[in-house]
Amino acid sequence: MMDIVGKRRWFFIIAGLILVPGIISLAAFGLQLGVDFRSGTTMTLRFEPPIDQGQLRLELTGLGYGEAVLQRTGDGDYFIRIKEVTLVEREGLVDSLESKTGARVTMRDSYTVSPIMATETARDAAIAVGIAALFMLLYIAWAFRRMPNPLRWGACAIVAMAHDVLVVMGIFSILGWLAGVQIDTLFITGMLTVVGYSVNNTVVVYDRIRENMSKGLSKDFAVTVNSSILETLGRCLNTSLTTLLVILAIFLFGGATVHYFILVLLIGVAAGIFSSIFISGPLLVVWGRGK
Amino acid sequence: MRKGNIYLLVFIALLFAFAVWSVVPLDGERLGRKGLTLGLDLKGGSHLVYEADLTQKDPSQSDDDAMEGVLSKIERRVNAYGVTEPIIQRQGHDRILVQLPGVRDVNEAVNLIGQTAELDFREPQVDSSGNPVLDDKGNMQWLKALATGTDGQEKELTGKYLKPNASVVLQPPANEPEVAFEWDHEGAVLFEQITERGLGKRLGIFLDNQLISAPTVQAVIKDRGVITGLTLEEARTLAIQLNSGSLDVPLKILQEQDVDATLGADSIQKSLIAGAIGLALVALFMVLYYRMSGLVAVMALLVYGVVLLSLFKLVPFTLTLPGIAALILSIGMAVDANVLIFERMKEELRAGRTLGAAVEAGSARAWPAIRDSNITTFVACIILYWFGGTLGAFMVRGFALTLFIGVALSMFSAIIVTRTFLRFVTRAVTSRSAYGVQR
Repeated sequence: MMDIVGKRRWFFIIAGLILVPGIISLAAFGLQLGVDFRSGTTMTLRFEPPIDQGQLRLELTGLGYGEAVLQRTGDGDYFIRIKEVTLVEREGLVDSLESKTGARVTMRDSYTVSPIMATETARDAAIAVGIAALFMLLYIAWAFRRMPNPLRWGACAIVAMAHDVLVVMGIFSILGWLAGVQIDTLFITGMLTVVGYSVNNTVVVYDRIRENMSKGLSKDFAVTVNSSILETLGRCLNTSLTTLLVILAIFLFGGATVHYFILVLLIGVAAGIFSSIFISGPLLVVWGRGK
Repeated sequence: MRKGNIYLLVFIALLFAFAVWSVVPLDGERLGRKGLTLGLDLKGGSHLVYEADLTQKDPSQSDDDAMEGVLSKIERRVNAYGVTEPIIQRQGHDRILVQLPGVRDVNEAVNLIGQTAELDFREPQVDSSGNPVLDDKGNMQWLKALATGTDGQEKELTGKYLKPNASVVLQPPANEPEVAFEWDHEGAVLFEQITERGLGKRLGIFLDNQLISAPTVQAVIKDRGVITGLTLEEARTLAIQLNSGSLDVPLKILQEQDVDATLGADSIQKSLIAGAIGLALVALFMVLYYRMSGLVAVMALLVYGVVLLSLFKLVPFTLTLPGIAALILSIGMAVDANVLIFERMKEELRAGRTLGAAVEAGSARAWPAIRDSNITTFVACIILYWFGGTLGAFMVRGFALTLFIGVALSMFSAIIVTRTFLRFVTRAVTSRSAYGVQR
C-alpha cells in the first residue's frame, strides 16, 4: 500500500520547491500588468485590400504587440487596442504592417485611452475571494462538525487552495519577466476558476476521511487519512484528468486570445490535483499531531 | 418505488424535450428569445464614441476630474441597464469610448448613456396681479424653484438632492408608468417649502431644460414624489439616470458602429472546436472506463448540457468568457459527481451486492461528498456575487452567477438524472462486467 501520509515530508518539499521560486519572483517583480489595467493606445486601421484577422494578429505578435486586442468593425476596418505607444511608434507600426502584409494601411484615428479595468477592481476581486475563502472555511468546519477540531479541516482546505492560487501566480510572475507574459482581466477569471475547483477536490477527500473515521477504520488518524486518500485516488485522477483533457484540448488547438487564460486553468487544475492528494490530507495529520 | 421511477423518467424526458425544442435551432425564436445573448468578448457589439463639452464644466473642477466623474456615472448607468461587462474608456482628452454587447435598442442605449439627465423643479412665473405669464404662443413661463436650505442659503431644487433609489411604478388603473423618487434630508426641507407655497398651483418638472410634466400641487409634501407623463422606456431610462446622478458635462455622440468580439471571431471559433474535441474525448473515456455507467453519464451530461443551454437562451443570461470558464468548471463538477457515484457503485459491487442494491448504496454513499463539495462552491458563489457587486468587480459577478446555476444543475443531473437512468439500465443490462467490475 502506498504511504502518502508517511512520505508527506517529501510532498511538502516538492510543493515548496515549486512555490518558493514563484513567491520570490512575486515579491521581487510582482505580476506584469497587461493593457486592460494600464493606459493604452487605440487605433482604427484600414487595410486595402482587407486582410485576415488571424494574419493581422500574427503580424502584430511578430512586431511585439502580442497583447493587442483586435476587433473587426462593420466595414472591414480593424479597431486595435495596444499598450501605450508614442506617435512615432504608431507610424512605425503602420509602416511595418504595410511592408509585411503588402496591403495599403491607413490609420483612420488613434487615441490614448484610460485603462479598461482599474487596478482597484483587481484588488476588489481579490478581497471578494478572500472573504469567500473565509466563508468556505466556516462551511467546511460546519460540514465536518462531528470531527475533532472541525475548524482545522476548513483551514487546511483553504491552505490547499492558497497553494493552488500561489502556484499559478508564481508561475505567471516568472513567465512575466522571462517571456513578457502579462496578466489581463481573463487572468482574474482564471484564478476564480482555480479557487472554485480546488476546494471541491479537497472536500471529496475529507468526506472519505469523515466516513472512515465514523466507521472506526483505524485508531491511528494517519492510517485513516492515508487509506482515505488512496480510496479516493481513482476518482480524483479520473475527474481531474477528464477536466484536464478538455482544458488541454483548448490549450493546444484553441485560439491565441485565450491561450494564457487556458494556461491558468491548466496549471491551476494540475496544482489542484497535487494539493488535494498530497497536501490537504497530510496537513490534517501534521496539525493533528501538533508537529 | 417503481412507479416513482417511471414518473421521474417521464419528467426528465419532458424536460429534455422542452430544452431541445427551445434550443434547436439555436437562433430560432422560442418564447420570444432568439439566439444566445453573448457578451462583448464573444460576439462584439456597439462601439460608441462620445465627446464631452468641457467648456461647460464647473470651473472649480479640473478637466480630469470632470471626465473621471462622467466615466463613473456612465459605468453606473450601463450596469443598471443590465449590460454585462461593457468597455468604458477615456479616449484622448475629452472623448469617451463605450462598447456594449448586442443591446436590442441601440438608440435607447445611446440616450441612456449620453443624456445629461439634469432634473430640476420650476414654478410658474406670475405677474404683479398673480396671473401666470405667457409667451406669445401661450406657453407658461417657468422660474427655477428656490427655497432656503438647512444652512440658511437659498438653493435651487434639483436632482442633486435625490436619494439614489428612484424606481418605476405602474399606476393603476391604466398602468401609467411613473418614476417614484425620494428626497434626501436637504431636498425634503426645500421641497416642503416649495409645495407649501405652491398649493393649488402647478409645479414644472424639467429634464435637461425640457418640461416633462407639470402636476398641480395637491398637498404639502416633504420627502417623496412621482414624475408622470413618460412612456415605460423613458421612465426606465430616467430612473437609471436619476440614480446614477446627472453628468457634469454634456456629451455629444460622435461615432456609432458595430465591432466584432474582443477575443476575435477567428480565435473563438478555434477554441469552440477544441472544446468540443475535448468533450468528445471525455465522453469516450467515460464509456471506455465505466462501460454502461459511462454511457449513462454521457446521456445525463447531454441532458445537463441541453437544459443549461436552454436556460441561458430563455432567461436570458449574457454569456461571456468568464461565464464559459464557469461552465467548463461546472461540467467538470458534473462529471465528478457521476464518477463519485460510479466509483462507489463499483465498490459496492465488489463487496458482493446485487446491481440494484449497488446503484442505491452507491448514490447514497456518494451523496455527502457531492453535497458538501457543491455547497462549498455555492457558498463561494454567493459571496463572490454579493461582494463582486458591492466592490464593483462585475466580472466576478458574472462568473459567480453562472457557476452557481451550472453547479445547481449538475447536482440535479447527478442525483436525479444519473440515478434514474441507472435504475432502468441496471434492470435491462444485468451483466456485472458491463459496469466495469470483473468476477
